[in-house]
Amino acid sequence: MTTTAPILALKGITKRFPGVLANDRIDLALRPGEVHVLLGENGAGKSTIVAMLSGLIQPDSGRIEIEGRPVTIRSPRHALSLGIGTVFQHSMLVPSLTVAENLLLGAPWWRRPARREMAARLGEIAAGLGMAVRPEMRAGDLSLGEQQQAEILRALVRGGRVLILDESTSMLTPDGIAELGALMRRMAGQGLAILFITHKLGEAVSFGDRISVLKLGRKVGEIPPERIRGEETVGEVLEMMFGARTAGAADTAPPAPPRPGRRLVVEGLSLPARDGAPALEGISFDVAPGEILGIAGIDGNGQRELAEALAGQRRAGGRVLVDGRDLSAQGVGGRRRAGLRYLTDDRLGEGTVGAFPVSLNLVLKEVGAPPFWRAGLERRAVIDAHARDRVRAFDVRTPGVATPVGRLSGGNIQKVILARELVPGARVVVFSKPTYGLDLANARATHQRIRDLAAQGIAVVLISTDLEELLALSHRIAVMSGGRIAGIVANDAEARARIGRLMVGVAA
Amino acid sequence: MLTEAFLAALLYGAVTAAVPLLLAGLGEQMSEKAGVLNIGIEGMMIAGAFAGFFVAYHSGSLWAGFGGGILAGMAVALVMALLCVGLGLNQIVIGIGLTLGFEGLTALMHHFLFSRTYPRLPAAEALAIPLLDRIPVLGGALFNHPPVVYLAVLAVPGMAFLYRRTQLGLNLQAAGDRPAALDVAGVDVTATRFAAVLTTGAFAGLGGAYLACVGAGIFVPFVTNGAGFMGIVLAMLARGRPVWVLAGAMLFGICLALTTAAQVAGVNLPTDVIQMLPFLAVMVMLVLFGRRASLPAALGIPYERGAR
Amino acid sequence: MNTDARADGAGATGQGAVAAAALGALRAGLMAAVPILLALLLAGLLLMAFGKDPLAYYGYVVRRGLLSPSGLEQTLTRMAPLLLIAAGLIVAFRAGIWNLGIDGQFMLGALAAAASGPALSGVIPGWAVLTVAAGLGALAAMAWSVLPALLRAFQGVNEIITTLMMSFLGLSLANALVKLVFRDPATTVPQTRTLPVDERLPRLFETTVSSGLVIGLVAVVAVHLMMTRTAFGLRLRIVGAGPRAAVHAGLDLPWLTVAVFALSAALAGLAGAVDVLGVYGNIRADWNPGFGLVVIPVVFLARLNGFAAIGFVFLFSMLSIGGESAARRLGVPTVFTLVLVAIVLIVLAVAEWLDQRARARRA
Repeated sequence: MTTTAPILALKGITKRFPGVLANDRIDLALRPGEVHVLLGENGAGKSTIVAMLSGLIQPDSGRIEIEGRPVTIRSPRHALSLGIGTVFQHSMLVPSLTVAENLLLGAPWWRRPARREMAARLGEIAAGLGMAVRPEMRAGDLSLGEQQQAEILRALVRGGRVLILDESTSMLTPDGIAELGALMRRMAGQGLAILFITHKLGEAVSFGDRISVLKLGRKVGEIPPERIRGEETVGEVLEMMFGARTAGAADTAPPAPPRPGRRLVVEGLSLPARDGAPALEGISFDVAPGEILGIAGIDGNGQRELAEALAGQRRAGGRVLVDGRDLSAQGVGGRRRAGLRYLTDDRLGEGTVGAFPVSLNLVLKEVGAPPFWRAGLERRAVIDAHARDRVRAFDVRTPGVATPVGRLSGGNIQKVILARELVPGARVVVFSKPTYGLDLANARATHQRIRDLAAQGIAVVLISTDLEELLALSHRIAVMSGGRIAGIVANDAEARARIGRLMVGVAA
Repeated sequence: MLTEAFLAALLYGAVTAAVPLLLAGLGEQMSEKAGVLNIGIEGMMIAGAFAGFFVAYHSGSLWAGFGGGILAGMAVALVMALLCVGLGLNQIVIGIGLTLGFEGLTALMHHFLFSRTYPRLPAAEALAIPLLDRIPVLGGALFNHPPVVYLAVLAVPGMAFLYRRTQLGLNLQAAGDRPAALDVAGVDVTATRFAAVLTTGAFAGLGGAYLACVGAGIFVPFVTNGAGFMGIVLAMLARGRPVWVLAGAMLFGICLALTTAAQVAGVNLPTDVIQMLPFLAVMVMLVLFGRRASLPAALGIPYERGAR
Repeated sequence: MNTDARADGAGATGQGAVAAAALGALRAGLMAAVPILLALLLAGLLLMAFGKDPLAYYGYVVRRGLLSPSGLEQTLTRMAPLLLIAAGLIVAFRAGIWNLGIDGQFMLGALAAAASGPALSGVIPGWAVLTVAAGLGALAAMAWSVLPALLRAFQGVNEIITTLMMSFLGLSLANALVKLVFRDPATTVPQTRTLPVDERLPRLFETTVSSGLVIGLVAVVAVHLMMTRTAFGLRLRIVGAGPRAAVHAGLDLPWLTVAVFALSAALAGLAGAVDVLGVYGNIRADWNPGFGLVVIPVVFLARLNGFAAIGFVFLFSMLSIGGESAARRLGVPTVFTLVLVAIVLIVLAVAEWLDQRARARRA
């Protein structure tokens, strides 16, 4: 591969947010025909770069050059007119409009929407790249993979020369990820400059022509095409990200073997489909004391419903037993008292109330219960003392227990939730994407905490879309697909391949 | 009692009563589509009613009055848009504030300007539509109204065309359903919502001017009497389709006309009972079909870039 | 909307906390006083535009609404229904429920009291008449809120639309019932039978102030304490924070929703009953004071805080009583009060926005 002149270059870009230096003197160059991977942990500053390139925010200093000329990307419209198309991490399609209509957004307002022409052009571009789209479908009715293809097409239809893909694989099956990789190759082959943003090392190495590594807002290294060579590169990148080659090892220590017995038993859990949420059908499994059961699957295949049914937030058919005691008739409170705890991934809004102080959030699931309330009256001193206790025990960084929880960082909100759910008496703990959106240090601390829980004999149900996390922590891994358990596999050398097959509905 | 003349008069009255509700409903629908719950519409209507009457009275031209009403409605809408779309203040609080403020202000102005003389406007001239007005019963009831009535009805297909057949229609839908998607497509969400709120103001102002200039021929304080709120109800029930606003407005119009007709016919039933009919009908409909009335996802939520 | 009243500094200790609290109170005071003065100024300019002397007007309003004994008594009496409505709105808004049907609930409460009071008079003891009539008022309003409550709780139907509809419906129903069912045959104008003056709510001490004021004050304070100090109040505030948090915390969301509607409507109904039992003694056809819509801005000015609501209700009450006198004397119609309240509301909302932006800049 020859090195061509960059079409887009960032030079010394710096961006500050209140209290955070999100980007610190970043240099980055995108070349036509090249897939440039931007690799980094959550909080490394990747999203800030995406936001600047798509015109949502402007850098504080430094400059962006297009074909050598400095430009200020003033707005999303301006970014598009400069030929920069972005596929955002979160869907940017209007669910109530069709695919064609979505792609037409942005044309002059007085025009008639050229639905047919758009459909024809879409078909053309899609065929050239080997994609299939249905322009007349409502975006809300598409699968996540189809939505993503529609968003890629949107960038191309506008005559984009630069395509930014932000964490585009998080919603895809292993097959879908491979497909996206091939698609990126073909698009690069047509002369597009692609910026592929990810935090997954494997993807970076297999799809990238060039890899830049971000860490805490700074670019810590770049690997040019001639130096990308499989395993060797992986080691090099790991060193850039974590400082030492062995840094990853501590996080992958095998968990201690579980103890005999069945602490959590789930029998035939089922739930009718509602409001577009998938149904649950005949979910059965059991978890031994000290065992970590991973639940893998692509997002939206019933994991959330399973977690909520276990926690008692949804009334479901079937039975849930903890240490032989049937909790099926219990609500959230009863199950919690029986030792069943649930940590949601929606930490601010569901797990905590942002406007409430840390102290109240720590007793949010015990409203009205002694000793915090007596005869329905709040005992603020007791609540505050309890809060100070938990804040210390879980090292929550907060100015005080009266600080509204919404002002804390994501990692500290997670600690507040951990501190609330892991009060003594826990027997079964259900985690939903426990490290989603956390930085590396907090993610590792959470992983260690999950291991510690298992070591204490607690049964853990670990729901995650991050296969690496599941492989690193679980004893066994169940795969969910379409609201059912497609299969449960032991976490051995074969696990990765078998899980991949189960996810797409092939028997393992 | 059910003579042809009675039916014709009833239908005629229904159309007359339905027009302000139709205009309010169509206007509100535009705001709601774009994600703004416009509770200030009652204030826009009353401002339109006063300004419409004021201009029509002093210029002697009904059309100038309608123009004045539209401008006044848009002026109130501009305040609403600046505060709620521009600054992102609570739409319900500001909406109620504007409604109270302009109800008060117009009553005050009425007191200082007209309370001694109570001037009236001459009855609006009707425009009979050739041929159609000869249809028995329906002709006289439907095709012999002041021109502005036809305009209001024509606005229904007009709005439907706008929503379905223009890019602006797509923009409005996106602004209410997923504003961030509109933003990254390069369309200014704030401008789109501004335009929607201002259009609401124009419709509401015209509706108010109609009430004062054509319906009553006189401005009295609080003349809109909840028509704006009815517009909100109609828009919410119509779920984005203008033709349902028309249907709903006619339902209310017929009930209002029945009230008058009953009085004329000497029926010994308080008007209040008949006035309850449309509300009862709507409540029954809500009980039967109300499951998750599909409102835009971002309704009532100010748009802030980057916030999710 | 800032629904949580706990101050930032509550965790700090000692003198620092006292100083911080004093500073906070000062800031809150300024935040309320400056916009109100600005609004008075703006409204004053409006008066000048109409050729009226604003200073004379304001002076007259204060003299008649506050400084003259009879005016003050009227002001305090007027506060009773407003305070009860404010209490009902605080419950609903803090729980995130837009009860915009206050007027209908108020009227049905008033009607229930006006229908039952005179009928029971002489049958049971006076205190029992008042208790039963007030209770029926609360119950009637509560019944009127059941449908919107159930639709919201179990079908997810937007309560703004249903409460507005039920309000229009309730106003018409109340009027129809006055004319058809509860009409006093002895009068020519349609109105209900009248509760004799000496059987109405007792007056306070040697004044003409109705003891409804005490009921209103107790209700607002009780609601405030309930929302901030009790488990039930906290549950309602969690509901107000959003359905996801409420379900996650294991709360019975539908039941709490119904409870909020019932409580809010009952207080509005009680407001109507207290107004009838304390002041008017009957209802005339087509009577509708339209308190619902004006109290909404008042509770928002008070930021849903019960104690602040008392202050703002007093202010509003004084402005409207004084304004009624001024209307007769100075020729400024009573609706000027509405304009004034609206200007205060909007100016205060903008001031709050400016304040928040200034804070964000500093952070």
